[in-house]
Amino acid sequence: MTDPVHRPSALHQERIVYRRRQAIRSVLLAALSTAVVGTVLGVLITGAPGWDRVRRSFLDPAIGDRFLPDTLSGLWLNIRMLVVCAFCALALGLLVAVLRTLRGPVFFPVRALATVYTYSFRGLPLIIVIYVYAFGIPGLRLQGTPNVTVLGGAAIVVTYGAYLAEVFRAGIESVHPSQIAAARSLGLGYRQAMRFVVLPQAVRRVAPPLLNDTVALQKDVGLISLAGPIDAIRAAQIGVAQTANFTPYIVAGVLFVLLALPLIGITDWVTLRAARRQNAGA
Amino acid sequence: MVCRNTFTTATTAGLLLAALAACSPVAEPAAPTASASASGDVCPDGGLPTHTAGKLTIGTDTPAYAPWFSDNKPSNGKGFESAVAYQVAQRLGYPAANVIWTSVTFTNAIAPGPKAFDFDINQFSITPERRNAVDFSSPYYLVRQTVITVKGSKIAGAKSLADLTSAKLGAQVGTTSYAAITELIKPSAKPSVFNNNDDAKAALVNGTVDGIVVDLPTAFYMTGAELDNGVIIGQLPQVGVPEQFGLVLDKDSPLTGCVSKAVDELRQDGTLAVLEKTWLAGSGGAPELS
Repeated sequence: MTDPVHRPSALHQERIVYRRRQAIRSVLLAALSTAVVGTVLGVLITGAPGWDRVRRSFLDPAIGDRFLPDTLSGLWLNIRMLVVCAFCALALGLLVAVLRTLRGPVFFPVRALATVYTYSFRGLPLIIVIYVYAFGIPGLRLQGTPNVTVLGGAAIVVTYGAYLAEVFRAGIESVHPSQIAAARSLGLGYRQAMRFVVLPQAVRRVAPPLLNDTVALQKDVGLISLAGPIDAIRAAQIGVAQTANFTPYIVAGVLFVLLALPLIGITDWVTLRAARRQNAGA
Repeated sequence: MVCRNTFTTATTAGLLLAALAACSPVAEPAAPTASASASGDVCPDGGLPTHTAGKLTIGTDTPAYAPWFSDNKPSNGKGFESAVAYQVAQRLGYPAANVIWTSVTFTNAIAPGPKAFDFDINQFSITPERRNAVDFSSPYYLVRQTVITVKGSKIAGAKSLADLTSAKLGAQVGTTSYAAITELIKPSAKPSVFNNNDDAKAALVNGTVDGIVVDLPTAFYMTGAELDNGVIIGQLPQVGVPEQFGLVLDKDSPLTGCVSKAVDELRQDGTLAVLEKTWLAGSGGAPELS
């Protein structure tokens, strides 16, 4: 009765051909417009009267090469700082957020302290916190004061901890109260409800902004150089001062972008996955 | 006689100009007239068209600090700059008796406008910006980098560059001081780099660095005025492109050429080197490290 091989109708075949033609046409158009925009930008920049001077002072391969090793060894400090600071700041932020959402009059002092902390450290410029930690604390001349790198790292952790605490709190408060009520009615204690019901949902919801703050942190850990250690930007700055050429900055900039790419990629992927999961039931 | 006439003419011209330009803020008198008549005899001994004829008027700021001056008395011939000033005066044909010292603040000396001195000596760095407002003689001093620390630091007793290699040193970013650490001392610990000398000083006081490198004038100022227990360890050999100190003269002063010539002679015959050793590296100064 019916042909086992599906044969589109003439009308449909026409439609397929039409669609294919449209697809090819749009690809060609996109390529053309990209080429036009690219050429215009290229001509505008390389044809500018100062282009030669700019290229010499910002894109000198010999100078970039000369300061690459120093910049890389500075970047290694950035990476180590990033890993340690991100981990500590996330832990601190989560702790403060949980403290801020504690209910009951007994916990008022804890809530108040956590609130004062998030208010003040989100307001304080990071540079000033680093100055106070790295120059003020060693000035006390206490036994066993850690070195300035650790102190500067602590300054970064308390500042970012305050931001991350607020992100975590937003996540916790976005979980509907009925969830806690349901958990409690099942016999879970407050801590268990928090641990097994609220936090898993909260963290998942705020994962993209958390990762976003981590990307920002990656650039701010370099401020540790205020206290003396040489990070990637500082190494580049030394090169710029020695050669009166800005290429080392460009090199450091490219290295930072390369360092950020994986994190940014993960952020996008997590966001996408969260969106897919949330819409799965719809 | 010639110079007295010149001076009178100059003053008259100056007064006339000043009277004509009653309300204009700056009168630039005399300079062209003076240089025109001085061109006959290039640098007559003791007969230059100076501020006060027959005398050489030298300016500096009050208080005048050691080791550049001594006891705030530029006229005692002690201290590096006082000694240099008297040597230059001697070369120009003005014995010590004919030298008059006058007090001019640092800023006034390099501001445009009429000058109350023939030349001013006050650790002026020669810069193109300042050249727009005043004349500079050839440099009489090239600034050296100096290691300083505080009493009780582990390098407080260091006597040579080798004694510093195990130290944690600091300097301001992008300065010759930093280059001096990495190129001359080459310490085993990575040097600390700071945004400015004040941060470096704070780190030194805190003990987060063992010593810092600054230029010699700053070293004397920090150890003398700013730090409670500051100690100068010593000055390093010349590195990079050093800052230069020059004598300041009025813009287009007829004396600039003669003063520069005198300074050049003092450098060539080794007088400047001797004075530097005596007053800057000698007792109470910054010993030379090698």
